[in-house]
Amino acid sequence: MAPKYQKAIAIEKEQAVVDGVDISGHWNRMFEQRVIFEYTPELIEKVASIPGAESFANCYQCAKCIAVCPVDVVGNYGPRKLYRYAQTGLDLTEAPELWLCTTCANCLRVCPKEVNMVKIMPAAREQAILDGKFVPNELQQAFEATANTGNPLGQPQRKREAWIQNAGVEVPVLRDLGRPVEVLWYVGSYPSYHPRGMDAASAAARIFTALGIDFAILGKEEKDDADSQRLAGEKGLFEMMAEHNIEMFNKYEWNEMVVTGPHELNAFKNVYPKYGFERPVVHYTTFLARHLDRLKPLLKHPVNKKITYHDPCYLGRHNGEYEAPRQLLQAIPGVELVEMDRNRQNGYCCGGGGGGMWMDSFTAKHTTMRLSEKRAMEAASTGADVLAVACPFEVSRFEDAVKSTGNEHVGVLDILELLDKSMRGEP
Amino acid sequence: MNIVVAIKHIPSIADELPVNGSNIDFDSVDFVLNEFDEQSIEQAVLVKEASGGTVTVVGVDLIGELDNVLHLALAKGADNAVKITADEPGADSHQQAGWLAEAIRGMSPDIVFTGVQASNDLDGQIGPMLAAYLDLPYIGGVSSVEVNGGTATVNKEFAGGVGAKYAVSLPVVVGVQAASKPPRYAPISKVRQIAQTAAIGKVAPSGDGAGAGLALKKMAPPVATGHAEMLTGSSKDVAAKIVELLKSKGLA
Amino acid sequence: MSNDVFVITEHMEGKFSDVSFEMVGKAKELASALGGQTVAVVLGGGVDAGVFASDAALQVEDPALVQFNPEACGKVVEALVREKSPRLVLFGWTATGMDLAAWLSARLGQPCVAYVKGISVDGGGLTVSSQVYGGKMIAEVAPQGGMAVLAVLAGSFPVEAGQGSTAASKVASPVPLDGLKIKFVEAVKPAAGDVDITAQAKLVSIGRGIGGKENVELAEELAEALGGTVSASRPVVDAGWLPRTRQVGKSGLKVKPKLYLMLGISGAPEHLEGMKSAELIIAINTDKKAPIFNVAHYGATADLFEVVEAMLELL
Repeated sequence: MAPKYQKAIAIEKEQAVVDGVDISGHWNRMFEQRVIFEYTPELIEKVASIPGAESFANCYQCAKCIAVCPVDVVGNYGPRKLYRYAQTGLDLTEAPELWLCTTCANCLRVCPKEVNMVKIMPAAREQAILDGKFVPNELQQAFEATANTGNPLGQPQRKREAWIQNAGVEVPVLRDLGRPVEVLWYVGSYPSYHPRGMDAASAAARIFTALGIDFAILGKEEKDDADSQRLAGEKGLFEMMAEHNIEMFNKYEWNEMVVTGPHELNAFKNVYPKYGFERPVVHYTTFLARHLDRLKPLLKHPVNKKITYHDPCYLGRHNGEYEAPRQLLQAIPGVELVEMDRNRQNGYCCGGGGGGMWMDSFTAKHTTMRLSEKRAMEAASTGADVLAVACPFEVSRFEDAVKSTGNEHVGVLDILELLDKSMRGEP
Repeated sequence: MNIVVAIKHIPSIADELPVNGSNIDFDSVDFVLNEFDEQSIEQAVLVKEASGGTVTVVGVDLIGELDNVLHLALAKGADNAVKITADEPGADSHQQAGWLAEAIRGMSPDIVFTGVQASNDLDGQIGPMLAAYLDLPYIGGVSSVEVNGGTATVNKEFAGGVGAKYAVSLPVVVGVQAASKPPRYAPISKVRQIAQTAAIGKVAPSGDGAGAGLALKKMAPPVATGHAEMLTGSSKDVAAKIVELLKSKGLA
Repeated sequence: MSNDVFVITEHMEGKFSDVSFEMVGKAKELASALGGQTVAVVLGGGVDAGVFASDAALQVEDPALVQFNPEACGKVVEALVREKSPRLVLFGWTATGMDLAAWLSARLGQPCVAYVKGISVDGGGLTVSSQVYGGKMIAEVAPQGGMAVLAVLAGSFPVEAGQGSTAASKVASPVPLDGLKIKFVEAVKPAAGDVDITAQAKLVSIGRGIGGKENVELAEELAEALGGTVSASRPVVDAGWLPRTRQVGKSGLKVKPKLYLMLGISGAPEHLEGMKSAELIIAINTDKKAPIFNVAHYGATADLFEVVEAMLELL
């Protein structure tokens, strides 16, 4: 849905005298003010004056971003277009357009002027929330659930470690363990509570155990990383969760933290240092790839599938990890790895980031298709049997998307589940 | 205008309720703000915004965790917050209403808002009791309030979508069912800011603390006299079974 | 101090509510066990008070009682109760009773039990069961002392047991009702122009589990595919996602459709009151302990969005 703005009207003056010089004639068009000047730049400045959103004013409309913006493929979007909308009358802080960006950073990757949506969006959104402007309802509920129960799903904090009962192996919990560990494994909200997330968590527990890793989890002492909530405008909520998590991290002795999801990787590695936490944190793919020489012999059973891997925005573009996940997949016997066209740095966002995970019904009103559906179609077009993922947001998004695009034959599995399958054989 | 909001901190019913002996196991349960009190806080702030005055939120702190709730109320527009430090998770409505009445009496309220009911009102709601103890009139089930001079005009909801408008001379106790607008969102950063700076008034419970006069013999989940036939399988299976069921009954 | 049971009945536009009869029927049983009489108290004129199966009926007439006025009704009931000292005073747990029961209890310093589902007398002692915590718990209590005020949930007892005929004695108010602070202004009719859900054969009813206003559309699509309409539980209406004319429940409308398909509604007593006589109740809720599963005919603990989308494909 394009906002209302006026199309530029060509101005040609038969008679034009500018600063005393007569320049009448068809070629004087370039000396007349363009339609842009029928608007004031005030709405651009309104955004750029919000602390953190200054780079919005840098845009010189080259439109390289539009070519890579995932939302533009299914709508009318991207930094250059937002700049144009602001030029021609749109107040971004009040518009639905404020909530469509997933902060995937593909635009930032190509922008010659470093217009940084990953900073602009949270700043503008935070301002909108503080000013009591429109916020999508579903997103508010996710904020409130996170604040009240420590996770955006609204599940009881007390039940955060219930999944370990069905993991099939013992999962040590730090507060019961009473000794230092090598690896603190931060499980995350979706792997702790969502049925498909719990599948991946159990698989991870089994893999770590088989590898003899000395690990433990925080269990119910863990709260959500809230990085996506931060990018959706709730910095206060992020800080609330960070305070708690950092206290828990500092309570125990451990050497390295392994996280299940890219969003927590981003939070703990890139944002927490500002809050006084700076310790080694890696994604599970990076961690397991390091142990590949010991992992490979355990991958006994072939998984005879054509697999395509989706690069999570926050593991790939934001944190530079493209190869470890592929190494892991290629280590599984029987796997034929095929690439989608948009891979690695040019990976196409699943739509879950920046709060998108909790705004599907809202974004559906402003796009022709969900990002996850577009991506699922791309995955299916490679002829793959399985779409492999490495982010807990993705499994449910892609499972919905393969169903709604008529591609149910494409299975969606976390790399952890595929490794586990190869370790234990088909159940 | 002195606007007072009396809130109730109640066990959360989001999850199963653990039982200890003949009552809820209050140590194992989370406490949350009564959802009707969310509405009454909003209604109070709306009245203040329309007609001026100050909003004071007061509640009985049963388990020492009321501060978060009070900070949230302040972030939503309340001006002052007071907690009655009772430290008695099982205090019934009569006790709480008694303590609240003592605390509120000194505030010379023009209007007292409170949620129309709470899910743990075994011995009745605190709103009508507050009115009785403060010797003020009570009207409950209210879904909109406007104040003009010394009169509040309220809309009371009856069943069947029927309502009635009443004019009430202040002071009055109002049991709020729904605010005239859905409760606003308070950004966490604002709540945290308030948590750093706000001073919450503390008072000790006073008055005779007379209880409900009910001997609790048992508290247990209901014995289901019937149960739904559960449809199992994936969401697709469930959907197919439902559609088949509807078709077999000529309903689809 | 008598062993009588007073029932404070309620009426609107010349008709008594069902719960009034339910209470009278139960009161007869209790009064007989206690050794006292049943008195049906009718506040206000404009209605035939002689339709109860009680031993006596007392109709209080006064201009201040023409429309329901909690202040006027409260004063009258308090005066009557102080004068006659009944053993039990029964109110309906309704928009009117909820304004009065706990107030009376506090005024008299006598116990009150709300959300009452069952009352029994055993050996002179009283046991009351109450449906609390959103219907997730039944509490059994024994009120102490010489009098108890009980607020009864509609639908707890049979209506027929309370219907009959008794000569009603009409009296004036035992207390002056001038200088009231609460004044009735006018009735507010429900908003016209929207669908009348009580006339619909099929309702797709949504609860808080729908998540947000944006998702209401999905339910509307399903309702349309089924040839029905969307209704809702109170929280959905309070949040502004649907108008109040769609509200089902104690403070909303009572419906009796052929199909009541519930999405994300837990089944708290207040909602059940509005729909439990529906012919076919199907409930979808992710909480397997949701009270609704004790009442629904069919249920599933599935993701309501997935089920609705799958159903839309099949219909």
